[in-house]
Amino acid sequence: MRKTLLAAATAAAFLGAFGASTADAKTFKWAFQGDAQSLDPYSLNETFTLGFLGNIYEGLIRRGPELDIQPGLAERWEIVEPTRWRFYLREGVKFHNGNDFNADDVLFSAARVAADGSDLKTRLAGVVDIVKVDDYTVDFVTEAPNPILHYEWATWYMMDKEWSEANGAQAPTDVTGGTENFATRNANGTGPFMIQSRETDVKTVMVPYDGWWDAANKQHNLTEVVFTPIGSAATRVAALLSGEIDMMYPVPVQDMDRINSGSDTEVLAGPELRTIFLGMDQERDELLYSNIKGKNPFKDIRVREAFYRAIDVDLIKAKVMRGLSTPSAIMISPFLFAYADEFTRLETDIDQAKALMADAGYADGFEVTMDCPNNRYVNDEAICQAVVAMLARINVKVNLLAQPKAQYFAKVLAPKRDTSFYLLGWTPGSFDSWNVMFNLISTPDADSGRGKFNLGGYSNAEFDALTEKVLSETDADKRNAMIRDAYTILHNERGYIPLHQQGLAWGKRGNISLAQRADNQFMLYYVTVN
Amino acid sequence: MVAFILRRLIQSLFVMFFVALVSFSMFRFVGDPVHQMVGIETSLEEREALREKLGLRDPVIVQFGNYIAKAAVLEFGVSYQHKRPVAEMLAERMPATLELALVSAVFSLLIGVPMGVYTGLNRDGFFSKMFLSISLVGISLPTFLIGILLIFVFSVQLNWLPSFGRGGVVDLGGWTTSFLTVDGWKSLILPSITLGLFQLTLIMRLVRSEMLEVLRTDYIKFARARGLSNRAVHFGHALKNTLVPVITITGLQLGSIIAFAIITETVFQWPGMGQMFLQAVTTVDIPIMAAYLMLIAFFFVVINLIVDMLYYVVDPRLRVDTGKATGHG
Repeated sequence: MRKTLLAAATAAAFLGAFGASTADAKTFKWAFQGDAQSLDPYSLNETFTLGFLGNIYEGLIRRGPELDIQPGLAERWEIVEPTRWRFYLREGVKFHNGNDFNADDVLFSAARVAADGSDLKTRLAGVVDIVKVDDYTVDFVTEAPNPILHYEWATWYMMDKEWSEANGAQAPTDVTGGTENFATRNANGTGPFMIQSRETDVKTVMVPYDGWWDAANKQHNLTEVVFTPIGSAATRVAALLSGEIDMMYPVPVQDMDRINSGSDTEVLAGPELRTIFLGMDQERDELLYSNIKGKNPFKDIRVREAFYRAIDVDLIKAKVMRGLSTPSAIMISPFLFAYADEFTRLETDIDQAKALMADAGYADGFEVTMDCPNNRYVNDEAICQAVVAMLARINVKVNLLAQPKAQYFAKVLAPKRDTSFYLLGWTPGSFDSWNVMFNLISTPDADSGRGKFNLGGYSNAEFDALTEKVLSETDADKRNAMIRDAYTILHNERGYIPLHQQGLAWGKRGNISLAQRADNQFMLYYVTVN
Repeated sequence: MVAFILRRLIQSLFVMFFVALVSFSMFRFVGDPVHQMVGIETSLEEREALREKLGLRDPVIVQFGNYIAKAAVLEFGVSYQHKRPVAEMLAERMPATLELALVSAVFSLLIGVPMGVYTGLNRDGFFSKMFLSISLVGISLPTFLIGILLIFVFSVQLNWLPSFGRGGVVDLGGWTTSFLTVDGWKSLILPSITLGLFQLTLIMRLVRSEMLEVLRTDYIKFARARGLSNRAVHFGHALKNTLVPVITITGLQLGSIIAFAIITETVFQWPGMGQMFLQAVTTVDIPIMAAYLMLIAFFFVVINLIVDMLYYVVDPRLRVDTGKATGHG
C-alpha cells in the first residue's frame, strides 16, 4: 500500500512538473524527397539545403513570407557612398552555444564563404573590402555600385568565429581532404531552431532555441520538429495520408486530387519562382543533331517563331501540369519584375507557324534532337513529350533524349553545350533580373563567366550593353525600364521560348498552418500546429 | 581442404578485382559528379579545379589504380555529396540492411518450406492450387509494386503499420537494431514481406518439386513398405532429402536479398545501404557507388565460399581425392 501511494505521489509530482509541457507539446513531423546535403552552410548553393539551414542559421537580412527583404542579424543598413554599404548589426544576439554575435563573426563568415571549397562565393562577388567599423558596424566596399548587393544575403548565414575555430571548421569542407569537417554534422547558428540529433538521410530532430533574438515575435508554437527524408513519392504521399507525418513536399501533381480528397489532408499550391523554357542553338553554323546540313535553321527568326507558336502552353498546363503552372512570357517570374504584365506570349497558331516554316524554306519540316532532363523539374519529361507531339504538327520531327539530370547536365552545360534544342529551368538566386540577363541571355564569354547558361548561344550586342548598365544603375525606375527594354529585345527576337512558371505543391494536414514561400524554402518559424 | 579454401580465396580476390574494374569502367557513363556537387552559380573554372582535385581528369586506368591502391588498405574515400568517409557511412547503414535481409530470409523459409511440403503432399488439394496461384503474384509482380500495395492497404487504409523508416532503434555500440522495440518490429513487417515474397515463392516451388521427386523414389516406397507412419516418411525421410538444394539456394539467395534490398529500401525509406547506393547513383557519388559494389561483391564471394565449404561437408564425394571424384561425376 505504501509503495502504491509512493508511486502515485511520484507520478503526481512528475505530472506537476512535466504535465503542463506535455499537454502543449507540439511535435511537427515533415518530409522532403531528400536530405540537406550537409549542415555546413557554405557547402552547397542549393534551395533545399539552404532553406533547411535557414531554420538554424540566419543571414544579415531575411526574407518574409512574400519574399520581402526584412532586417535579420543586421538591424538596418545604408549606402554611405555608392560603393560602400554600412550594416548595423543587431546587438544582444547569441549563438546556440551562448557566444555573442558581433562584427568579428561577420568578417569571419565573409572570409569563410570566399574560401576554397565554398559553393557560395558569389554571395560576395564584387566585394573588394570588408571593414569592421566597430563591434556592431561593418562596411562592405564594392568594386562598382551594386544596388542589389544584399539580395542574396538571406542565405549567406553567419557562423560563429570562436566555435568554428575551436572545432577546426575555419574553412568549408574539402572533399579531397579525406576527413570530415566538424561543421558537416554540427551546427551553431543564431536561428530559431537548434539541431538536437541528426542521422544523415534518416532523421533530424530540432528543438526551438529559447534564446532566439526574435522569440518575442515568434509565430510558431512548436516544441519539437522531426524531419525525415522520404525519397519515393508514393511513400511520401502514403505517409501523409496515414497521418505519420504532418507535412511533406513536393507533392507529385498526379496525387494532388488524392490528397485533397483525404479527410484531413490538403494540398497547398502556389507559383514557384522557377521559369521553365526551351532553348535553341543559335550559335553553330550547323546543328549538331539535325538532318539539315550546312546551315542552322534556328538562326532564322521565322523558325524560332514557328516553334514558339506551335507549342500550346495552355494545353501543357491543363494536361501535363494539371493546372499547376502559370504560362510565362518572359524569362523571370512575374513576382520578381515590376513590368512583367506588359509582356504577353505569342498566340499559339498552327497555321501561322506552318506559313512561317514554309517561308523559311522548311515546309516539310526537319529533324532535330531535343535534350531533356527526367528527374529535375516538375514533369519535365512529360513536358518534352508534349512539345514533341506539338512540333509534329508543323512537320518537325523531334527525337527526344530524356536523361537523368546527372547525365543531362553533363551533356548540355558549358563548356560542352552539346545540344541543339533543350529544356531548362531557372530561378534567379538573387531574385533579380540581372542574374537572368547575365547568366541566361547575354552572349557567352568564358573569361567573365557571362552567359554561362546561355546554352544556345543567343547573342545581341544591345542586350549585352543593357545588362552592363543594369548591374550598376542604382535608380530603381531607370533600372526597371532598362530591364524592360532588354526583355523586349529578347522577346522580339524569339531568343528563347518561355513555357511556364512551374507550381509549388506542398501537402499538409488540416491542423497545420504555414507560409508557402515562392522560392520553395520552408521556414519552420511560420508553422503552427492547431 | 586447406588447398581448396586457398584456391577459392585467390579466385575471390580475382572476382573482386574484376568487379571493381567493371564498375569503374561504368562510372564514366553515369554522368558528371561535379555538376551534382556544386550549385548552379559556380563558375566553370571552379568546376574544372574541382574536377582536377578529385582526380576526375586522370585517365580511367590511373583513377582505377589509385582506387585499388586505397581500397587495398580499406580506404574508400570521402563521399562527394555528404563529405563524410564512405566506410563510416556504409558501417552506419549496414545493420539496417542486414537485419532486413535476415528477417526476410527467415520469413521466407518459415513460410515457404511448410507451404512447399503441403503443396507437394496434396498435389490437387484446393489450398495447394490457391498457394500456387498466389505464388505467381510473388514471382510476377515487381517488388516496388508489392511494396506500394502493402503500404496502401496496411498503412493508409487500415493504419496498422508504419509506411516508412525503421521506427524505434536501439544503438548497441555502433550496431543499431530494430529488434528491441515494438515499433521497430512493426516497421520491419512490411519491408521484409516485400523483400521476402520472391524468395518465399522460390523456396515453396523448389520444396514442392523436390518433394514430388523424392516421393517417387525407391527408398520412400521401401519406407512405406516397412510400415512407417506417413509423418515419419514425409518429414523424416522425404523432407530431409529435399533440404539439401533448399539450403544451397537459400544461402545464395541471401546474397541477392542483401543486394536487391535496393528497391525495397527505397520504397520504404529504409535507411540501409541499398537506399544510399541508389541516391549515390542519382547524384553520381562515385566513392559510395564503388565501395558499395565492392562490398556486395565481397558478400557474394564470402557466401559462395561458405556454400562451397558446406558442400564439402555435406557431399562425401568431394572429400575423396579429385581423380576419383571426377570418375564418379
